This record gives sequence, structure tokens and C-alpha cells, in this order.
Amino acid sequence: MGRVLSKKEQGSHNNFDAFHFLQKYGSLLLFFTLIIANVLFTNNFLKLSSLWNMLLQVFPVMLISMGITLVIATGGIDISVGSTMALVSMVVTKLIIQQNMSIAPAIVIAITIGLSYGMFNGFFISKFKIQPIIVTLILMIAGRGIAQVLNNGVIISFYNNDFANLGVYRIGGVVPVQTVIMLIVITATYFIVSKTVLGVYIEAVGDNKNAAVLSGINEVLTIIFVYVFCSLLVGVASVFETSRLCSADPNNIGKLIELDCIAAVAVGGTKMTGGKSKVIGTVIGALIMQLITTTINMNNIQYEFSLVIKSLLIVSVLYIQKEKGRR
Amino acid sequence: MSEYILEMMGIKKSFPGVMALNGVDLKIKKGETHALMGENGAGKSTLIKILTGLYKKDFGRILFDGSEIDPSSSIEAQSLGISTIYQEVNIIPSLSVCENIFAGREIKKGFIIDWKETEKKAKELLNSLGIDIDVKALMGSYSTAIKQMISIARAISVKAKLVVMDEPTSSLNEEEVKVLFSIINKLKAEGISIIFISHKLNEIFEISDTITVLKDGELVGEYETKNLTKLDLISKMIGKNAHAIENQKKSYSEFKEDVFLQAKNITSGVRLNAINLTVRKGEVVGLAGLLGSGRTEIARVLFGADKFDKGSIEINGKQVYFKLPRDAISLNMAFCSEDRKQEGIIPYMSVKDNMTLAILKDISRFGLISRKKQSDIVSKYIKAINIKTPSHDQGIRYLSGGNQQKVLLARWICKNPELIILDEPTRGIDVGAKSEIISIIEDLSNNGIGVIVISSEFDELIRCCDRIEIIRDGKNVGSLKSDEINEDNILSLIAGPVSVEGA
Repeated sequence: MGRVLSKKEQGSHNNFDAFHFLQKYGSLLLFFTLIIANVLFTNNFLKLSSLWNMLLQVFPVMLISMGITLVIATGGIDISVGSTMALVSMVVTKLIIQQNMSIAPAIVIAITIGLSYGMFNGFFISKFKIQPIIVTLILMIAGRGIAQVLNNGVIISFYNNDFANLGVYRIGGVVPVQTVIMLIVITATYFIVSKTVLGVYIEAVGDNKNAAVLSGINEVLTIIFVYVFCSLLVGVASVFETSRLCSADPNNIGKLIELDCIAAVAVGGTKMTGGKSKVIGTVIGALIMQLITTTINMNNIQYEFSLVIKSLLIVSVLYIQKEKGRR
Repeated sequence: MSEYILEMMGIKKSFPGVMALNGVDLKIKKGETHALMGENGAGKSTLIKILTGLYKKDFGRILFDGSEIDPSSSIEAQSLGISTIYQEVNIIPSLSVCENIFAGREIKKGFIIDWKETEKKAKELLNSLGIDIDVKALMGSYSTAIKQMISIARAISVKAKLVVMDEPTSSLNEEEVKVLFSIINKLKAEGISIIFISHKLNEIFEISDTITVLKDGELVGEYETKNLTKLDLISKMIGKNAHAIENQKKSYSEFKEDVFLQAKNITSGVRLNAINLTVRKGEVVGLAGLLGSGRTEIARVLFGADKFDKGSIEINGKQVYFKLPRDAISLNMAFCSEDRKQEGIIPYMSVKDNMTLAILKDISRFGLISRKKQSDIVSKYIKAINIKTPSHDQGIRYLSGGNQQKVLLARWICKNPELIILDEPTRGIDVGAKSEIISIIEDLSNNGIGVIVISSEFDELIRCCDRIEIIRDGKNVGSLKSDEINEDNILSLIAGPVSVEGA
């Protein structure tokens, strides 16, 4: 017995330092490498305008990744976020542009309608124990369909009105309003995870569902919460994106955004099987996703290449961070 | 040639932290049915897994049919002539019967499966076992018993010389067991040897020729079945002659506290058959019985973790119906599962969050955890029940089994329950922690908390219980109080239909 134990410990001691460091800070390392590489090789990278621009572009992925972090922490997944984005985008634009509703109530109504997608996901996953990927796949397909039907698949464009000004509003003329919202959402998510009963419940349900239920945790409500919370953030992201782009495009808004978000969460270190939410990890993960895109755009590399490079980087970070299988 | 088909000699196997097998011998004669007995954790399944190539042995030799073997996969073991039928019938429900029988070694004509031949062979095989079914029907459409027979057919169709049956009867009814036994006898007649593992003593005595008993990874001995009584066998399995261990409890007649829980005629599937159970405040009630007797099932039903078909549960004289554990917890009940890993700890979570999981709502305001209150409670219990952890934030998975168990006990004790159900609270933990847990149980009872203890370790039950209910085949078969509590009485109630007074 002693023999087995000591052998194991020795094994992990030999390459302890380098490997352990990479395992813990792999994503951070990649983040700084990308920044340094860009400072050196990308023209105008350090210009203030391109930095603000990057933060504007990362905004939807950042917000939605926060929601998906909690979803994944419960052991779930949500691939319907892109479709939810399309729905909210269509509803808010129709209300403001076609129905002449004032902005505030229109946004509230649109986001509330978006919450119904989260309710649907959470309800079927927790109550009927259908696999999360199947339930959210249903909405990924049907959800966008509904958004398209709302205006027969036609884009609604607008310009020069109050709604269009929302997405380009800069506080003090400098700081994009999206940055502030991002900070609030990140703080709120971090707060939920680290300070609240709910945060502990989310981790418990994702880490060991049987034990959580036997300890009296309301698994159903916990799961419904994370999906609804996720759809709330999707709704907010959608409103600002729609406004910034001055159009509601049901066919393309948020298309495949779930992939960037899930990758951000994975790179951030939250286990795909559930458990601890790594909120700060996800923030770095989302920034990495954006940095890769920016690097590629600003250096005139083909879009198709960007996808390949992205996936290679994700695979390598995941490989380094993966926990060694225990047997 | 030797009269033995299999000789395993001096087998040793250790896992990190546990010596699973320490020099165990197992010798199987040709054409005999050999029962392998022992309590949970005795090393039976480790031994079988070494034989069938799932584990590598650390030391020892295995002679099979005269030559030394060391299989490194179950396929290799199978090709040598060792077939295994597992507890959980391992079949593929969406394939047909004949596909299942020949899965992995299909009969082919060139590249194409020869279905005619496959069906014919499968039919012959099943007929030889006295089964007549449609071999083209899907496996999933047959009963568990038939599935079991089909896996046996599969096992012998590979020209097995030795068939290992791990709890083959656990999901069979009496008739089906009879059919299985007649098949076993047919196999014996053909010179095939059988290793039979079961917790049901009656079956062991009916079918086996020889019995090998293991305890805590060591060989206790090999016995001829006809020279052994049930009582002997149980004594050997638990490693004690049935001599008395003092019951330290006050005499039962002093017990005048109110009844907290009363369960009547709880019936659920085939596992629970009209169980009755009463627990008074501050009373420690032991549930004794072999594995599979229904003792864990009754605990889960009482806690709302499983449903039941018939019967009623009353708490403080009021009938209740628990849909979920949450409902039982709200009436001040608590439950520590026997499976600490799967149903107890939240492995990646800290000691403090694990301990306060069930009371988080009580130490929070507007959903915000009061870290001050949490830390006070955690410090208190770390001290009170002597939990060894470097800090409150330590991941619980890094603690030893005994300390994990204490954290789980604290999870419930800090909720001030009125009844706490402990299923095998001392399983897999070291001797020191065991006696600490026993004294925690005594403290609970002194504070007026009712306790239901389920344990395979009779001496523990004898030490701490006011009353012991004996369960067999999902029924109450006897109840022992104060000076009736001793190992002899427990054993004889578990073993046989002989009734003891008070039953």
C-alpha cells in the first residue's frame, strides 16, 4: 500500500513545476502571448480606438458566456443562445420601429419574451430530465425559425432614431456604454457564484446531483434559474447589438455565437461536466476569443483560417488544462 | 492431470490506501459449483476481476487448466475458457437475441454475416439449455430472467471451461432461480466448473459443493458445503465466533419517549415486503440483515429518496407523504447514504460548503451567505467531532474517508434533526474513526435525537442500539431489545426461519 502511494506521488513530482504552472495559468499565458504578438505585429493595435472597438465586439460573447458559465456549472449546455438573440432582436425592433413604442417598455417586453426560451430550456431539462443538448437544440432550430417568421425573414433596418443611438452611446463621449454593462454583469455573476446560496447550489448540482438532492437542494429551481439567467443576458446583449448594428437580421444575428461562448467557458477552466464556475476564467476566455478574431481581421488573414486557428488554440489550451484522469 | 481446473495462489492486490487482497488462494475442481462468500469489501469482486483480466494482480500465480495464465483483458480470459456473467446483465437490448449471443464473434461467410447459420446455432444453444424463444426478437423484449439465460448461453457458447456467476439471481424470482439451477446442474454434468457469488444463503446451500470464504482481503478458509451450517458460514464471513459483545444501553423498559416515526406495511416492488418500523425520540434502532435484504431500501423510502407502492409513514402521529428528500428534511429528518462518494460528498467543493449545504438557507439573508455564521458553525463541528482538515476551504475530496464521513455527519447534525438515518456509517473508514462515529451516535441519542443505524458490522449495532430490527427478504423477521441483543440472536434470525422470542 505504501509502495503504491509513494510511486504515485513521485510521478507527479517529477514534472510538477512546468506542467502545474501551465495547467493553472495556460489561458492567461495565451492571453498575454496574443497581446504581445499583436503589439509587435499588428499596426494600430495599441490605438485607443481599436481597444474600444475590441471591447464593443467582445460584448455579446462576454455577456452570454457569463450565462453559459453557470449553465455549464450545473452540468448543462445551451446552444440556443443565438436563436434567442434573433428573437429578442426582432421583437424589440418591431415594437420600436413598426409599432412606434417607446424604447424602455419595448426593451423590457422583448427581453421578457426572450426569457421564455430560458424557461422552456430549464423546465424541460430539470422537470422531464431531457438532455440539455437536445432541449436547447430544439430552440436553436425552432427559435430562429420563430424569429424569422415574425417579419417573413426580412431584415428590418433603421437609422437616425433614439434606438440607434443607444448602442453607440459613449459615457462622457469616450467609454462605450457596453463596457459598463459588461463590468456590471461580470461582477453580478461573480457575486452569485461566490457569495450566494444559489451559487453553492449551482456548484453542488453540477458536481454531484444525487448528493445535492439528498441534501435537500431544489435541483429543479436551480437549473431553471441558470437557463433563465442565461436568456436574460442574451436578451440584453441582443438589444445592444441590434441597436449598434442598426438592423434586426433574423437570419444572421447571433449565428454560431454559442460556439464562441462555449469555447470561452471551456478555455476559462469551468469543467464541461459541471462543478465550479470559473467566472474570471470565462472573462479571459472571451477576451482570447476576441483577440484571435481581431488579430486575424487586422492582419488581413482569411476568415476561414481564423476558424482553424481558433480551434487549434482551444484544443491546445484544453489539453494543457485537462485534469489527468483518475483511475 | 490435476483435479483442479483453476488454482489461484497467494494473490495480492492493493489499491492506493487499501490492501484489497492479501495472499488469497482459490482452488476450483473440475465440474464443481464453488461458492465465493464474504461481506462487502471482502475482496470477492477484486479476485474475480483479476481472474477475468479486468485488474492486474500485484503478486501470486494463476494456474488454469494446467498452465500458468495472466489475462490482461476479459477477451483474453474468455478465449482461455473463462466466461463471466455479471450482476448487471450485460446485453445490448436493441440487438436481437442471436446477435447478442454471437456479438464480437459473428459467424461469417466471407465478409458477410451468415444469418441462417447464426440463427440455427443460437436456437440449438438455447434449446440445449431448455429455452425455446424467438432468436430473431429483440433482446430488450424479454424478461430479466430470459436475458440472464441468454447471457449464460453466450458464456458457454465460447467453449467455456469455467463460468463465473456474480449475483446471477439478484433479479430472478423463485421459478426463474429453479431454471437457472437446473442449467447449472447441466453445465456441471458436462464437466464445466462454476464460481457462484450470491448473498442469498439458501441458494448457496442448495447449489454449491464447496465454499471459499474471504474476509477483509484475506482467505478465511475453504469448506465443503455439506459440513457447514448457515450459522457457521455467517460467523466465518463476519469473522467472529458468535460470542457476546456487551450491549451498553440502558434497559429498554426505561424507554418512554414519544414515537417520532412510525412506518407501517411499507411495500415496494420485490425489495420491500410489508416492513414495519417505529423510532422513538432519542432511540437508536439498528437494522440488521444481509445485503439485499431491503435495509437500504427502507431507509431511502423513509427519507423520500425512493417511492413505495403500499403502506404509510407517520411523523409525530401525522401521516406524511414525501415526494422528495427535501420534504423529509423539512420535517427534521436526515439521511447519510451508504455510498459516500456517489450520494454524500460534493467532491470538488470545500469542507465548509459541504458541511453547511443543508443549512445554507438558515445562515443567509436574502440569499446571501453569512460567511461569519458559516465559519462559526464549521469551526464548532471541526472541534466537536474532531475533523482533521488543514482549513475550512480544503476540497473535501482530499480528506480521508473517516473525516469525509464526519463532515457529512456534521452536515446533518448542525441542522438539529429529530431523526437521523445512517446507512453503513463506518464503511471504508479506519478503526479509530469508527469508534468516534459510534460515540457520536451515542451523543445524538442522549440529546433526544432518534437514530436508525444500518450496518453489516454487528458488533457496532450491538454496542450502540437500543433495539435491533432484523430484516430478511424485505420483511421484518425479528426484533431484539436490551439483553436479547447479542450476536447469536442476530445471526440466528438472519440465517433461518427459526424464530426467537420477541420476534
